[in-house]
Amino acid sequence: MRYAMVIDTKKCVGCSDCVVACQTENNVPIGYCRDWITERVEGVYPNIELELRSERCNHCENAPCVRCCPTGASHIIDGGIVLVTDNECIGCGACIESCPYDARFQHPEGYVDKCTFCHHRLEKGELPACVSVCPTKCMYFGDLENPNSEVSQLLRNRKHKTLAPEAGTKPHVYYLI
Amino acid sequence: MEEELFTSGRNIPNIDPSLQIWHWPISVYLFLGGLAAGLLFFAALFTIIKKEKETPTTVKYAAIIASISLIIGLLALFYDLTHKIYFWRLYTTVRIESPMSWGAWVLLIITPLSILWVFSYSNEIFPKLNLKFGFLKTFQKFLAKNRMNMAYALIPLSIVLGIYTGILLSAFNARPLWNNAILGPLFLTSGLSTAAATIILVSKSHFERKLFSKIDLGLIIIELALIVHMIMGYWAGSEVQLEAMQLLVNGDFTVMFFVFVIILGLIFPAVLEIIELKGYKVPVIVPALLVLLGGLIFRFVMVEAGQITRYLY
Repeated sequence: MRYAMVIDTKKCVGCSDCVVACQTENNVPIGYCRDWITERVEGVYPNIELELRSERCNHCENAPCVRCCPTGASHIIDGGIVLVTDNECIGCGACIESCPYDARFQHPEGYVDKCTFCHHRLEKGELPACVSVCPTKCMYFGDLENPNSEVSQLLRNRKHKTLAPEAGTKPHVYYLI
Repeated sequence: MEEELFTSGRNIPNIDPSLQIWHWPISVYLFLGGLAAGLLFFAALFTIIKKEKETPTTVKYAAIIASISLIIGLLALFYDLTHKIYFWRLYTTVRIESPMSWGAWVLLIITPLSILWVFSYSNEIFPKLNLKFGFLKTFQKFLAKNRMNMAYALIPLSIVLGIYTGILLSAFNARPLWNNAILGPLFLTSGLSTAAATIILVSKSHFERKLFSKIDLGLIIIELALIVHMIMGYWAGSEVQLEAMQLLVNGDFTVMFFVFVIILGLIFPAVLEIIELKGYKVPVIVPALLVLLGGLIFRFVMVEAGQITRYLY
């Protein structure tokens, strides 16, 4: 099992529905977010290219945040999901410094918080909150090790990229371009 | 033209627009940890080569400063944790891959060891101190007898502590300014140099001051060479490292780095120490204080500038 998210940048309209869904589902404190929308503009008018991306923790295979955690609070569970156990986290900030995607933050209560791929929903057989609410259905979620899953098929047939692959983290959120 | 922005209005405290996760206590700790590592290294070294008589400050009094630095440093580290009540989790596991875990364990051993070292000299440091309890006297004698063993333990521990203050930063490849292999040796050298400066400041023996002026001069030259190597490393590096280098050589931290760290903190004290060794009279307090101040500012520059640098995608 290797969970991955595939996001179609050609279908995303940047409505931020995924952001709000995550905040509601996971009780994210006001002023914080576990996912966000990045707009990338390239070129000079009238030759402009626009890319919209819903970004979050990339649940890296070679996760620097897990490597540098001094207590083992940051860990990887079955399916490759990177999680933080809040009563093992001392709030030292090392994982935040180590993340090339700035996907982690300090929860007002002190521990470090981030996207969990909604693993509490996965256990019930549901999709992550962000994926389930997307109005343009630009987000896909599934098992990369299963060649017949929607995500495997999309990655086989479409041109795609990951963010900052040069950071060497082997991210598992893919963007169709 | 190329532009990236958060359209969902992301503005997380301490994360956006650039990281501010590690504040002044971390810089202060990196300085004090390096200083303590240097002081304990010299104390142990001069004990092992049996030069205690010639260097009384190094082996006795400077160790008090090391203990106090370690305690203040530990308090500073604790102060910067945001989930403080769980700090004991550091000591329920050993994480070989995590520099911070190494540091936590080394600090747990070296801090009490430095206090025991001072205690082993208590009858000489505080001659009027009369240990009320007999067992304390016995314990002190036991420690004094085992001082050589403590010295052998302190050598590797102090080197690990000194290097750790640099590796703590260099292990993060997400922050290109920190992510270079030379930061560990550089911070160790800087820690040894600030320790030598401290010994010059507090020593009353002319021989000891002169000896440590020479040692400090050598360390400053090594440190300058390592800084040149660090800049060369960025220069030959990838785009993110070139951008990180700009902060030091042509950006917000250039004045702090070149004027306060390199010129006032390294080159100027080195020149003063050369002049002094030539036989001219220079108040030793000037180069020593400059080295200490330069070392402290260096830690602040690296911690603050490093958090601005990142991967762009």
